[in-house]
Amino acid sequence: MLKVRVIPVLLLRNGIVVQSKGFRRYQALGNPLAMVRRLNVWTADELIYLDISPTAEYDVGRDDLRDRNRHSLTEIIQDISEVCFMPLTFGGRIRSIDGIRQRLAAGADKVTINTMAGEHPEFITEAARIFGSQCLVVSIDVKINERGLYEVMIGRGRVPTGKDPAAWAMAVEKHGAGEILLNSIDRDGSGKGYDLELIKKVCDCVNIPVIASGGVGHWEHLFEGIEQGGASAVAAANIFNYTEQSVYHAKNYLYERGANVREPTLIDDYLRDSSSVADPLLAVSRNPLNSRVKQPPEKTGVKS
Amino acid sequence: MSSVILLDYGAGNVQSVFNAFRALDCQVKVSRDPLDIESASHVVLPGVGAFEHCARALSRRGFLGPLQREVLEKGKPFLGICVGLQILARFGMEFGRHEGLGWIEGVTERLDSSLSNLRLPHMGWNEVEIRTSEPLFRGIDAGTAFYFVHSYHLLAEEQAAISSTCDYGQMVTASIQKDNLFGVQFHPEKSQSAGIRLLRNFIEVN
Repeated sequence: MLKVRVIPVLLLRNGIVVQSKGFRRYQALGNPLAMVRRLNVWTADELIYLDISPTAEYDVGRDDLRDRNRHSLTEIIQDISEVCFMPLTFGGRIRSIDGIRQRLAAGADKVTINTMAGEHPEFITEAARIFGSQCLVVSIDVKINERGLYEVMIGRGRVPTGKDPAAWAMAVEKHGAGEILLNSIDRDGSGKGYDLELIKKVCDCVNIPVIASGGVGHWEHLFEGIEQGGASAVAAANIFNYTEQSVYHAKNYLYERGANVREPTLIDDYLRDSSSVADPLLAVSRNPLNSRVKQPPEKTGVKS
Repeated sequence: MSSVILLDYGAGNVQSVFNAFRALDCQVKVSRDPLDIESASHVVLPGVGAFEHCARALSRRGFLGPLQREVLEKGKPFLGICVGLQILARFGMEFGRHEGLGWIEGVTERLDSSLSNLRLPHMGWNEVEIRTSEPLFRGIDAGTAFYFVHSYHLLAEEQAAISSTCDYGQMVTASIQKDNLFGVQFHPEKSQSAGIRLLRNFIEVN
């Protein structure tokens, strides 16, 4: 049967991967290419990159690193797609058909649009007609407003629309979206778990896949998103960023819990003996545990 | 040394497939020129998109003659991916009835979406049941998942041609194989190492 997908979300801010909390506080984590390499090897099902840069500057800033210093979003996408042999969704700051075309041409398999869709729903239809619904994910950011009601927000969580998420999700589906990326702004970065009521509400009223996002602090939250929320895919940002082999651990947990996920593998076995593989990344180390596990810092015995 | 020609007929992104072959250190060329089919050792037809668009584009760009000669007559290994597999059918039923290449007896039909809880397109990772492991699935375990994104599939009349299936509330043709013809409904270039391994098996044919 079709498996539920586990999807790391990486936030890009001016060329650096960052962590966010409530859509407002950001902390730098590192080079986008290095992160995708880790996630590819540790078999994530899909990858979502969201460009949350306030300006159009993309500069990884470190010329001494192995990866060339990339200055444009297109170049970053190209680099990622060269090593990323799993579906790649790119979103953020997409305002035109041409913007979609550029990102798909650079190597993204899908794009996600948010504010543009909220302001001009007919843009969804046009994009679906040109590129196909399967390329088009519409992001829906939701906040609980002063009246205690769920409300769709745009403009990176700053602009209220007055829309109810379930109604908007149905409209988005009707306009031709292939998938919905549903984010809880209140839960984002909280580690308190998904807003399951919100997820269920939206999943119950559309026929296109819904990717749950926002709030994961424990693998059990992913399980809840699947079993209680009914999501087709469970996404998380922060929790995957810090620990090595985190996606593997998440999937292992879910698999043991009986969730309908792909059987986890630590490394991909099929390329192990391939001498014809060009990229050293793909010819994975035969003993990943030796090479991947972080050693605890040595105690020097020096008083601070 | 294998040299792959990736036929560019204007349907979406061939970059990912190209990158996958590059990762295998294989000579690969994306081309709109039908003559390049002659100089390649392996022919790959990628693509996401509608059946009819693919059929029309292949015809309009002059690929049909060279494909007939090089693949059907001379036996060059051919791999169709996604709509590249679907187009091998005699007919396709997407947006009306359209003729395919007719290299495999069968019809490309829409998946049954009336089954409860099943959404279309069939999108995501699904485990494949392998019927014929050699050569395409060599070294790939039974029940390995690949990445699918499609709403139609090739219902082959020649049962022996179906080399793998998957379950989406119904039996879905995951791949076909007939002599030097191969087709996969899933996207090997998006299926991580299992997909890369499959592509490697393909370029090692002949």
